[in-house]
Amino acid sequence: MADFTEIWSYLAGDPLIWLAATLIAYVIGDAASSRMGRAAWVNPVLIAVVLLGALLWLSDTSYDTYFEGAQFVHFLLGPATVALAIPLWHQRAAFRRALLPVMAALLAGSLTAVLSALAIGHALGLSPQLLATLAPKSTTAPVALGISQSLGGSPTLTAVLVIVTGIIGALVVTPLMNVLKIRDWRARGFATGVAAHGIGTARALQVHPQAGAFAGIGMALNALLTALLAPWALGLFL
Amino acid sequence: MIHALTLILACQLAGETLTRLMGWPVPGPVLGMALLFALMLASPRIATLVIPTGEGILRHLSLLFVPAGVGVVGHVQMLGAQGAALLLVLVLSTVLALAIGAGVFVAVARLTGARDDG
Repeated sequence: MADFTEIWSYLAGDPLIWLAATLIAYVIGDAASSRMGRAAWVNPVLIAVVLLGALLWLSDTSYDTYFEGAQFVHFLLGPATVALAIPLWHQRAAFRRALLPVMAALLAGSLTAVLSALAIGHALGLSPQLLATLAPKSTTAPVALGISQSLGGSPTLTAVLVIVTGIIGALVVTPLMNVLKIRDWRARGFATGVAAHGIGTARALQVHPQAGAFAGIGMALNALLTALLAPWALGLFL
Repeated sequence: MIHALTLILACQLAGETLTRLMGWPVPGPVLGMALLFALMLASPRIATLVIPTGEGILRHLSLLFVPAGVGVVGHVQMLGAQGAALLLVLVLSTVLALAIGAGVFVAVARLTGARDDG
């Protein structure tokens, strides 16, 4: 019988183990979230990420090795983004009626996301390069990286800030909206998509189908608007 | 299912090709979303075809962010001495953007009578 280290060294080089680990970690996170009644502070992404981060660290596994397995899950982000057309289609009548609030909230949310990040960062004495890295943090990752690069920021760090922003948004949106007494699912969802892109949208879909649909369109429209706004906004702070 | 998946991937592929060709600042999948939405509006048959599979993918949208999230763990030291300041910026800015975005939505909905009655 082969001993454990032999089996491990075989498996550790195989994509299967990290693909399986990703799903297992998520199933644990999702079960915890479901058990707690989808409470905002039990975020399945955050739980899975922490578990996997610890596992990689304990097993001395590089991210590249991990990603060879995890890439199959990561790949589905593209098709899933396309599939966000479906909740929007279900809500097409509600969306058509809400065109004006959508446009106003897009402008307000997108401007606030970019300008407040730059203003607070500037006040805290962050370098111009860090401000450029920070500016697109509410935008969906592929667009954020492009914006960061064209503004002279660091795309790798932007990727980190984008993910952290998404998790913060998913964690705070429910308690924040409750405190503000905003009960309109369209408003809650749309603002979440604009401020916290796909991770916020995933949270919104979990909470309410209408919030999910409006979050998806918020994410898409914000990607467009931030690409146009960010260079001008950054100019204000340099 | 295979037809639905093919349609979704075809929309993504068309989106990727178009944004690259035109140099638009939109990611391919987002344009693919617009394309699929237009197709669903145009044809109820396409809508019923794509819904079960598409909703299956979306049911666990959170899962799809896990690999990228794990990448963040390895880059935490990149935040360096500025880490605390950056985190503060992200928290404050996200809270502000959520509150103002949702607040403006509700206010304009009330002003224009764009109520949600069904």
